[in-house]
Amino acid sequence: MKAHGRAWKFGNDINTDEIIPARYLNTSDPGELALHCMEDADPDFMKKAKAGDIIVAGKNFGCGSSREHAPISIKAAKISCVIAHSFARIFYRNSINIGLPIIESEEASVDIEQGDEIAVDFDSGIIKNITKNKEYAAKPFPPFMQDIIVKGGLMAKIKAEIAQ
Amino acid sequence: MGMTITEKILAAHAGEEFVEPGELIEARVDLLLGNDITAPIAIKEFKELGINTVFDNEKIALIPDHFTPNKDIKSAEQVKMLRDFAHKFSITHFYDVGRVGVEHALLPELGLVRPGMCIIGADSHTCTYGAFGAFSTGVGSTDMAAAMATGKAWFKVPESIKFIVHGTLQPYVSAKDIILHIIGDVGVDGALYRSMEFVGDTIAELSMEGRMTMANMAIEAGAKNGIFAPDGKTVEYIKSRTNLPYTLYYSDDNAHYAEVREYDATTIEPTVAFPHLPENTKPAREAHIPIDQVVIGSCTNGRIEDLRIAAKILKGHKVHKHVRLLIIPATQEVYKKALQEGLIDIFIEAEAAVSLPTCGPCLGGHMGILAEGERCVATTNRNFVGRMGHPKSEVYLAGPAVAAASAISGKIVHPDELH
Ligand code: SF4
Repeated sequence: MKAHGRAWKFGNDINTDEIIPARYLNTSDPGELALHCMEDADPDFMKKAKAGDIIVAGKNFGCGSSREHAPISIKAAKISCVIAHSFARIFYRNSINIGLPIIESEEASVDIEQGDEIAVDFDSGIIKNITKNKEYAAKPFPPFMQDIIVKGGLMAKIKAEIAQ
Repeated sequence: MGMTITEKILAAHAGEEFVEPGELIEARVDLLLGNDITAPIAIKEFKELGINTVFDNEKIALIPDHFTPNKDIKSAEQVKMLRDFAHKFSITHFYDVGRVGVEHALLPELGLVRPGMCIIGADSHTCTYGAFGAFSTGVGSTDMAAAMATGKAWFKVPESIKFIVHGTLQPYVSAKDIILHIIGDVGVDGALYRSMEFVGDTIAELSMEGRMTMANMAIEAGAKNGIFAPDGKTVEYIKSRTNLPYTLYYSDDNAHYAEVREYDATTIEPTVAFPHLPENTKPAREAHIPIDQVVIGSCTNGRIEDLRIAAKILKGHKVHKHVRLLIIPATQEVYKKALQEGLIDIFIEAEAAVSLPTCGPCLGGHMGILAEGERCVATTNRNFVGRMGHPKSEVYLAGPAVAAASAISGKIVHPDELH
């Protein structure tokens, strides 16, 4: 599995309210949530970001509530991957469970600059900075985790297994 | 290299000889739980799978404790979903009003929590069961739905931090004060992703109730789980509750810890966490804040030991005329014991209101909501903005001794200030 796009940089402790403000939680429709993705961190984010782009953040990304709406909005906004120094625990779980690719690398989080062209290979855990011609090594997901993301989330994976 | 107790339990449930921090694993779960807020979402997701059996009807606990007895029509509908699901799938551990108690107090009483187990719950305070030398952690509703179908959950193996506490506790200082003191020290993200392992002679002296109080609040430091090595007290408790087998795991001497922190228990004071974060701690003696309400209860401090501490202080006193004191035994068993030991008499004599077991005001659900500007001392675990009612109300977290003493004096005090 791979991701490829331009980097959008964010700081430390980006919380779930900034990712998808509570005022939009009267729906769980992914398309509607996507319209407000990252709105309280960068109001113009959805005007600027393109399909495939990558969010690069600092420490503790996704802290705050356990709302699954946060990773759902990022995934529905067609962001191909979130790279962060670290993720808040429940956000991390929820991302994997709903099929949003995420990867942790302190080096990538610090070194990547706004607008850099980035390619992530989840099999090897290699994050390539094409603009800077550099590579950062992250720990690759084991096959079963990749399987969850490839299949579109935990429930989709289980559905597929049951169907077999 | 050796492994910690958490690493060993996770390895055993993943079918591995060895796991290390950062590794992602898929593990068998021995017990999973949900409540009347989180289980309905999981039930909906489970139903979409279109399967007609759960992985094991004896390993799922459905505990309607938050808005029960049903506070309104919406909460009644939620509980009905649990009841219907439990009936349809022959779920053994569904407990309705009259049998139910606050989930994290009830499951240990029922003997459902045993050393060496791997437990997940769609409730963040599922970490309570670490008191028994089990691995337990809070998850989302999707995790619960998936585990109901497969009996499995995935985990990232956490790094561990060792918290060594030694020395004898001062009078009126309890497990709650130790954990508030630790959270005040490391902060609300001080143990993010990590396992908090509690050791030392002070910890060994704690009762199972005290250990549950501490493990319960591991999440308030951002931790994945809190854990205690099982000992004679653990085994005695388990044997009095169940005949089912269990496994005792211990950290190796050469296990790796990301951090080791030491505390001198003799210096820990009765402690209060000021609004609006559990890390805003101060000695109760320096607080002296006038209050309107006191709540003694919850999965943190609603057990018999907590009620005994409160009764000892309240005996022969009256609750201050400007204060409402609510006492909520966490389970029916706690309620009954309190009745038999004469504690309920003491509470009623003191002019406290005693309620049936429920989460109630702990999450601002019902049975004691605060008005604008009101202040409450609570033996609960969270004091976020609006947690017990109006966004401009305030919650001060404390142990049962400070809570009882404050109810008498009308302001937050150290219990020895009553004399
Ligand atoms: S008592 Fe409070 S913290 Fe405990 S389970 Fe109930 S609502 Fe949650």
